[in-house]
Amino acid sequence: MDLGLTETQELLKNAARDFLENECPEQLVRDMEEDEKGYSPDLWGKMAEQGWQGLLIPDTYGGAGFDFLDLCVLLEEFGRALVPGPFMSTVFGGAIPIMQIGSEAQKQEFLPKIASGDLIFTLALTEPSARFDESGIQTQAAVSGNEVTFTGTKLFVPDANVADYLIVAGRSGAGVTLGIVATDQPGVEVTQLVTIARDKQAEVKLNGAKGQLLGTDGGGWAALQPVLQHYTVGECAYLVGLSQMDFEISVDYAKERVQFGRPIGSFQAIQHKCADMVTDVDGSRFIMYKAAWSLNTDQADKQMAVNMAKAWTSEATRRVVAHGQQIHGGIGFTKDYKIQLYYRRQKRAELAFGDADHHRELVAQQLGI
Amino acid sequence: MDWADSPEQAAFRTDVRQFIKDRLPGRYRDMKDTGSENAGWQADRKSSNPEANQAAKDWATALAERGWIAPHWPKEYGGAGLTTIEQFIYNQEMAEAQAPPVGGMGVSLLGPTLIVHGNPEQKAEHLPKILSGEVAWAQGYSEPGAGSDLASLQTRAVKDGDEYVINGQKIWTSGAQYSDWLFALVRTDPEAPKHRGISFLMMDRTTPGLTVRPLTDMGWAQPFNETFFEDVRVPAKNLVGEENRGWYVGMTLLDFERSGISGAISHRRNIRDLIEFAKTDEGKARSRLGEFTTLRHEVADRHIETEILFNFAFRIVSMQARGLVPNYEASMNKMYGSELAQRVSRTGTKVFGLFSTIWQDQQKWGEQNAPYSAMGSRFTHLYVRTVPLTILSGSNEIQRNVIATRGLGLPRG
Repeated sequence: MDLGLTETQELLKNAARDFLENECPEQLVRDMEEDEKGYSPDLWGKMAEQGWQGLLIPDTYGGAGFDFLDLCVLLEEFGRALVPGPFMSTVFGGAIPIMQIGSEAQKQEFLPKIASGDLIFTLALTEPSARFDESGIQTQAAVSGNEVTFTGTKLFVPDANVADYLIVAGRSGAGVTLGIVATDQPGVEVTQLVTIARDKQAEVKLNGAKGQLLGTDGGGWAALQPVLQHYTVGECAYLVGLSQMDFEISVDYAKERVQFGRPIGSFQAIQHKCADMVTDVDGSRFIMYKAAWSLNTDQADKQMAVNMAKAWTSEATRRVVAHGQQIHGGIGFTKDYKIQLYYRRQKRAELAFGDADHHRELVAQQLGI
Repeated sequence: MDWADSPEQAAFRTDVRQFIKDRLPGRYRDMKDTGSENAGWQADRKSSNPEANQAAKDWATALAERGWIAPHWPKEYGGAGLTTIEQFIYNQEMAEAQAPPVGGMGVSLLGPTLIVHGNPEQKAEHLPKILSGEVAWAQGYSEPGAGSDLASLQTRAVKDGDEYVINGQKIWTSGAQYSDWLFALVRTDPEAPKHRGISFLMMDRTTPGLTVRPLTDMGWAQPFNETFFEDVRVPAKNLVGEENRGWYVGMTLLDFERSGISGAISHRRNIRDLIEFAKTDEGKARSRLGEFTTLRHEVADRHIETEILFNFAFRIVSMQARGLVPNYEASMNKMYGSELAQRVSRTGTKVFGLFSTIWQDQQKWGEQNAPYSAMGSRFTHLYVRTVPLTILSGSNEIQRNVIATRGLGLPRG
């Protein structure tokens, strides 16, 4: 029993923090909001040199062979720096599904290129029903041998504008079926959405889009569960880093901002907000790592751990960024000041893969109520 | 990060579990949890019920054999010298089994304080009697005029030859009615700055002039007392540490497991029992869980929040095991745990609707109401009994101040 980081994790955390402070400054975050691609290929290449896209990928496929807890340590730093771009899409929507359910040939074809930063992936899961359960998958999948053809509309697909491949969930006669679909074909039409965080999400129309079958015909929903569990915890890790930074910026501001002749941080009304913020951030961090550990060590109650982590983290981090805005007063509402960057991004991640209501319901069901 | 026991920790856990299975007296094993104050060791040893007396004695004997009355004390003083992680596992298993701790304030506070600040005579006289369960201690810190601002305490001690003469009043002296000795903070120098005129004194509770009067709380229980001092003469050799340094003696950060794990365990048990009860026929007739999804979600939230509290406890013990001293983290546990206790009880009362108005208390009022109570009125009792948790041991406002100033470095107001 030990809730501290390992030496390797400390090193990874410090290296990532130093790297991102230099390579992913606030200005880049702002520029990418307006950028058509939404990411910096230069930064993407440097991240690959750090071994990050392939952090989880075994070294036999060109990766670094770290474990999922290590990845969550890195993602906390990504949340802190608000790293823009298709990192999570590629790791959770590409590397992990291929590692878990891909054939040997698919692993050899894709994993080394993901690790080297040469391929961008994303998961095309949700549809206009915006549901996260199996009934939400209505896109048609027609399987013929190792090939699968998709027809339907996917919505809220992250980073589809720059993805080389989509992992698509569709429905065949046998049930939910997955396929790896190249985006450079006429049957794939990507329309970008404008979102609260100015991240790049898209509507993806699939009109006879062809791809490789991933896993088995009809085995897609079961195969997706571990993918979604990891992805959900990854979003939690990002939220932990984001809310930690929002909290630190707010505390610093409370120490500097003077009203009535004293720093506002000397007022108990502000102090108690700050105490509540750190409680929410710390609570989010440990429940996230508990879920990550449960997945990493294949605990029997891992699904419950994931649901609890996202239910809690979604709301706790929202409380944090709301307090952050209140502590900053009027200046925090301006576009020029940095705190709003965190506020808007928190909402995206809060809603991704189910908000607190969604996961709380699943917790209630597992508790037997 | 690792939530699992190491092989050594797992072996120790098995050992503690087996010990409880073999030695916990039936009285504590079969106790029905109604959310009322359960009979504890302190009350049982002074009880007029012979079965209670025997249980208190047997349990103390069993624990003493292993040095587990004071598992956190060093071996040389008769403790078990357990590491912080072992203490944590011990506390966890005892709380899971709802086994009553033995020794009260003597074990938790006075003993460790004497080990750090006491002289050899004081240690020799008092520590063995704490460990044998012969002497129970109560703490006299708070006063009617000194709550959150404890250092403003006014109970006066004047040196007269080789005695101190004490006059004044303490309040919230928990368990003083069952105790044999008190330790108290008293003012020995009214001219000095408030923290520097206080001394730490021990006194026999039967000393003439010392009166203990139980206070009845809003739940008809008597957990604490008012204690009055009228020319109470205490030998000067009962001063612990130096005169006028008592504040620092009393506030010594004692080096033992302080995760507060037992709170998390009891909240989780209450939620689990609530859910199990609601599945029974009787439970279905009382519970509104089937009616309102909002209530189901509220129960789910409480369960998730206990997970947060467990992790806060694990964090503290992990820090201690790594040789770090918890700072704001301990305040956070107290704050979060006490507020969660109130939320759990509130959620429980919501689940049972009107049935939550029933206050069943067999000891006081017999079987009256029993057919209409839900879970023996457990959540109704808790709804009242958790009220002081956000007030005692440093109110939650004080805890938030501590987190903000000591933890986050915000300027003091």
